[in-house]
Amino acid sequence: MRKSLLALTAGLLLAGSVSAASAADKLKVGFIYLGPVGDLGWTYQHELARQALVKELGDKIETTFLENVPEGPDAERSIEQLVRAGNKLIFTTSFGYMDPTLKVAKKYPNVHFEHATGYKRNPNMSTYSAKWFQGRYIQGLIAAKMSKSGVLGYIGSFPIPEVVSGINATILAAQTINPNIKVKIIWANTWFDPGKEADAAKALIDQGADVIMQHTDSPAAMQIASERGKLAFGQDSEMIKFGPKTQLTSILDTWGPYYIARVKAELDGTWKSEDSWGGLDSHMFAMAPYTNMPDDVKKIAEDAQAAITAGKLHPFKCPVLGQDGKPVECKGGANLDDGQILGMNFYVKGIDDKLPGK
Amino acid sequence: MQLVLEKRAERSNTIALISPLIAIGLTIVTMVILFAILGKNPLLALHAYFIAPLTDSYSLQEIAVKATPLVMIAIGLSLCYLANAWNIGAEGQFLIGAVAGSWIAVKTQGTDAGVWVLPVMLVLAAAAGALYALIPAICKVKFGASEILTSLMLVYVADLFLDYLVRGPWRDPHGFNFPTTAEFDPVATVPLLIEGGRLHLGSIIALLVVAAAVILLGRTIKGFEIRVVGAAPRAARFGGFNSNQLIILTFAVSGALAGLAGIIEVAGPVGHLQPGISPGYGFTAIIVAFLGRLNPLGILIAGLFLALTFIGGEQAQIAMKIPLDVTKVFQGILLFYVLACDSLILYRFKLVFPNRQVPRGAG
Repeated sequence: MRKSLLALTAGLLLAGSVSAASAADKLKVGFIYLGPVGDLGWTYQHELARQALVKELGDKIETTFLENVPEGPDAERSIEQLVRAGNKLIFTTSFGYMDPTLKVAKKYPNVHFEHATGYKRNPNMSTYSAKWFQGRYIQGLIAAKMSKSGVLGYIGSFPIPEVVSGINATILAAQTINPNIKVKIIWANTWFDPGKEADAAKALIDQGADVIMQHTDSPAAMQIASERGKLAFGQDSEMIKFGPKTQLTSILDTWGPYYIARVKAELDGTWKSEDSWGGLDSHMFAMAPYTNMPDDVKKIAEDAQAAITAGKLHPFKCPVLGQDGKPVECKGGANLDDGQILGMNFYVKGIDDKLPGK
Repeated sequence: MQLVLEKRAERSNTIALISPLIAIGLTIVTMVILFAILGKNPLLALHAYFIAPLTDSYSLQEIAVKATPLVMIAIGLSLCYLANAWNIGAEGQFLIGAVAGSWIAVKTQGTDAGVWVLPVMLVLAAAAGALYALIPAICKVKFGASEILTSLMLVYVADLFLDYLVRGPWRDPHGFNFPTTAEFDPVATVPLLIEGGRLHLGSIIALLVVAAAVILLGRTIKGFEIRVVGAAPRAARFGGFNSNQLIILTFAVSGALAGLAGIIEVAGPVGHLQPGISPGYGFTAIIVAFLGRLNPLGILIAGLFLALTFIGGEQAQIAMKIPLDVTKVFQGILLFYVLACDSLILYRFKLVFPNRQVPRGAG
């Protein structure tokens, strides 16, 4: 009995190594996820992109993901485990993986890394992100049109440039419709915490906001807005099922085309370290259908989307006035340049609040 | 008819020794069934979990790295628990230690300070952890406040304090407002032991801590006092042992060890201070302490074993696409069996039939 068990074990292990060998000619692509795959939100959108990738190139690649990897001491190990398992292209899909990714990248120069939303690069480490502020601009137009109280509620995650530029783009757009528009901002200091997000939404509505916008990932704010009969925008994913009469639109992360392009480059041997920052024209993100609004508002949103996509409208068209009313230096000619937006660390005029840490 | 747990008249030492092994055996059997239900090959899965991580130097190092903070914190906690002092707030002491040590690292950044930086960081972290642990200990001794509640609540205070520092005064000026300090200078970093790996000096310190605890508990009067106060408080009073003094002492030692573990983690594998430096080490260490039966060597083994399940779980996720949730279920089942086996050493099930022949109130 014991011998047969041993033989069985050996047989199984051998079988395992044989199947590993036949898979060796496929390119192995790894993913590190911040949250559980779930069915909604930031990680889910990366998972959808991975599935699109498998559908497109499944015969040439093999994908693996590690989910729920915290942005602490474990991240470096998780990334290195993927390298050691033979993955040649690895997507680390959250900002907090930046330093761990860089450490592993320096250790394994022959493996290529793609880090989402960071700013540190290496000859074998690219970064990629999306110009979500373009979507925020469209939301700002809709919000100003739809708000009766003239007060918008904004749930921020962290006061980092990506979020700050989103708030500014929203307000700049809203001011073109209603110059006196007000915004209340609450920092949740989390990307995902339904309890805190719900509390923030309640507090904002209690302060008079009737359109809720969020830069956090859960549908909690949408649900609260729905309960209170207010309007809201989704984030990352389609959230209409949480507020069929509430969601105006949602910024959808659509990483699929980028992932497919990068894996194709890896397969062709043309992959090189880049900084990709895609806007509406690059399909790095998309807008969910415009719902729960009259046709004239919908038209404004669609026109703005078309103009931004065509490059005719820039949310940060100069002059951009700082909170003190003085114009911000215009490094990009007609508008702020990418560097100014990527490092945005100030509020524009009309935001009656103080940027944390300033 | 009623099913009750009845205390056994005597306990078998042999069974007490092999009970963790029985628990592991039962866990493995349960996991085999679970893997089979999931449609995964149980033998390959068990191999990925338990054998594969032990076969190469990289994984062994990672197990040691993961076990280091767990073992250090658990040793301190075991002293508390042996003395009947319930420190639940090691997580907070860990964070405060990390903060105190990082203070030196942040203040000396880019100043070409000497090799004194790291030792001072370690000492300061241990002192801060001890002081932080003394708050609940003194509240307990002076005012009779439940140390379980106060130590636990101080975890959130520490967490928010760290949060404030890395978002405000200590934020990396070139970090685009992200809540993190800049990377520590090399002199403020725990040295690595093996080129290309992540094994660091902290693991050696953890081993020294284990050795010190063995000596303390086995060879010194203080160790004897700790054990007597916990096991037989009345006898300890007759013996003239001061249990309040021991609460203060064990809390301070366990806070110091947690604080030390905190700075070693930050100045070691992480390399900078940020929120989320601990994936719940302070709480997991409570499990490690009990899994190791509050015995220093037991804790060392328990810490390594728990680390093995983390590393193995990750490798199973990669090699066999077994979801992470299964690893968590697996750890839960293991704990359940350990506790169940332990209970059954001291207790046994008994069916009780209420005796109806004697009328109530008679006599």
